[in-house]
Amino acid sequence: MTYLKHIGKYFMMLGQVFKRPQRGRVFRETVFREFDELGLKSIGIVIFISFFIGGVIALQTALNIENPLIPKYLVGFATKRSVILEFAPTFCSIILAGKVGSYITSSIGSMRVTEQIDALEVMGINSINHLVLPKVLATVFFYPFLIVLAMFLGIFGGWVAGFTSSMFSEIDYMQGLQLDFNPFLVKYALIKTLIFAFLIATVPSYHGYYVKGGSIAVGKASTQAVVWTIILIVITNYFLTQLLLT
Amino acid sequence: MIIVDKLYKGFDGTQVLKGISATFESGKTSLIIGQSGSGKTVFLKSLIGLHVPESGTISFDGAVNTQFTIEQKRQWRQEIGMVFQGSALFDSQTVQENVMFPLKMFKKQSQEEMIERVNFVLKRVNLENSNFKFPAELSGGMQKRVAIARAIVMNPKYLFCDEPNSGLDPNTAILIDNLIQEITDEYQITTVINTHDMNSVMQIGDKIVFLKDGVKAWEGTNKEIFKTDNEAVVKFVYSSELFKKVRLAYLNETK
Repeated sequence: MTYLKHIGKYFMMLGQVFKRPQRGRVFRETVFREFDELGLKSIGIVIFISFFIGGVIALQTALNIENPLIPKYLVGFATKRSVILEFAPTFCSIILAGKVGSYITSSIGSMRVTEQIDALEVMGINSINHLVLPKVLATVFFYPFLIVLAMFLGIFGGWVAGFTSSMFSEIDYMQGLQLDFNPFLVKYALIKTLIFAFLIATVPSYHGYYVKGGSIAVGKASTQAVVWTIILIVITNYFLTQLLLT
Repeated sequence: MIIVDKLYKGFDGTQVLKGISATFESGKTSLIIGQSGSGKTVFLKSLIGLHVPESGTISFDGAVNTQFTIEQKRQWRQEIGMVFQGSALFDSQTVQENVMFPLKMFKKQSQEEMIERVNFVLKRVNLENSNFKFPAELSGGMQKRVAIARAIVMNPKYLFCDEPNSGLDPNTAILIDNLIQEITDEYQITTVINTHDMNSVMQIGDKIVFLKDGVKAWEGTNKEIFKTDNEAVVKFVYSSELFKKVRLAYLNETK
């Protein structure tokens, strides 16, 4: 019953999120601030993680190809497929759920416990729309670029790993990258990213907005928000894969 | 003028407000006092529309707030100024941005006009040269003054304050009390204050409403509170030796 209550409340919150902003000028300023907070400030971690994970995927694949009958270009092919299909959209979204999700819950939650949300309501401002919609727009518009960047850097990381370890040649790696390229897979990854971005913005916002209590409650809500966002990303990933790729 | 008639409000089966009726006049400072848990905050939050009462009515200059149209409600919201207990300033915004926020949301003014208005109200609360500081850089008293400036920037008809003196030293508390009193007189607004502070009761209480267990147990002025024989009020207001002596001195003087 509690889960049903939360699901209902979450969708009711979404109903308030997608209303016309009360003041365009203030809304634009908030959206740009969120682009900075949720998007630009996440570039560093995405670059760092995608580069090294791409390298690890390439090394692991090379290490596990012992049979001389399996061509070496498979390393490039497997790295490309793994990075585009799963690592960039799903793994990066999970990382972002941790980083951005906890930020969103704690910032909105602190506003709740310090009565800042009440202050917005007293002024006659739709606080859900004012706080959540800019975050949704910032993540949904910015994360596809972030994920494309992660794709490039993951593949580049694989190339650097081969270059530095001499476990596979550059030519084999490049050949694998160019083999059987299917543009739909990039589209599939971007569709997933859009949905994950929406979850990353709205689930933590829900947990922050309805927090009750003090700073400990905000901390607990942040943890719960990250856990639930990751769970939802994993479940959605499964259904989207079944829906789009089978 | 605000007229509250038989207000009831409860949460999860616990009745907090049990039929409170009260009148708060324009140009006067009315105080709501009572022990913790007596329903003061719920009452104040019901007045400003943060809680929806189960029954009863609240009328603002004759208009009942539960019968407002969307446009009337929007208008009414802009006529309300609220000073929260913890100031509730937006941490990510500077003093100027905090005070300017309601103007940006609801007034069609140029940036220069808004800055002029912000500077005017900041000067009114004696807080000049702090425009670009963040709330975290201000003392408790300064934060309260910014909160008052934000509450009055739209020229409200009704000003509500939830424990404006809590956490302040006696000197700053008196300054805040005087400031609220002056603003109330100057703009002839209806001011309702929730407080525990007996100094405020003695100093600025044009009208005092005493709540006990969700009901109005007593009402009167800050002069009448000295003479009352209401046991609950006497026990609450004169719990300290100092106030007992003050009361005794007042009663002897007015004999």
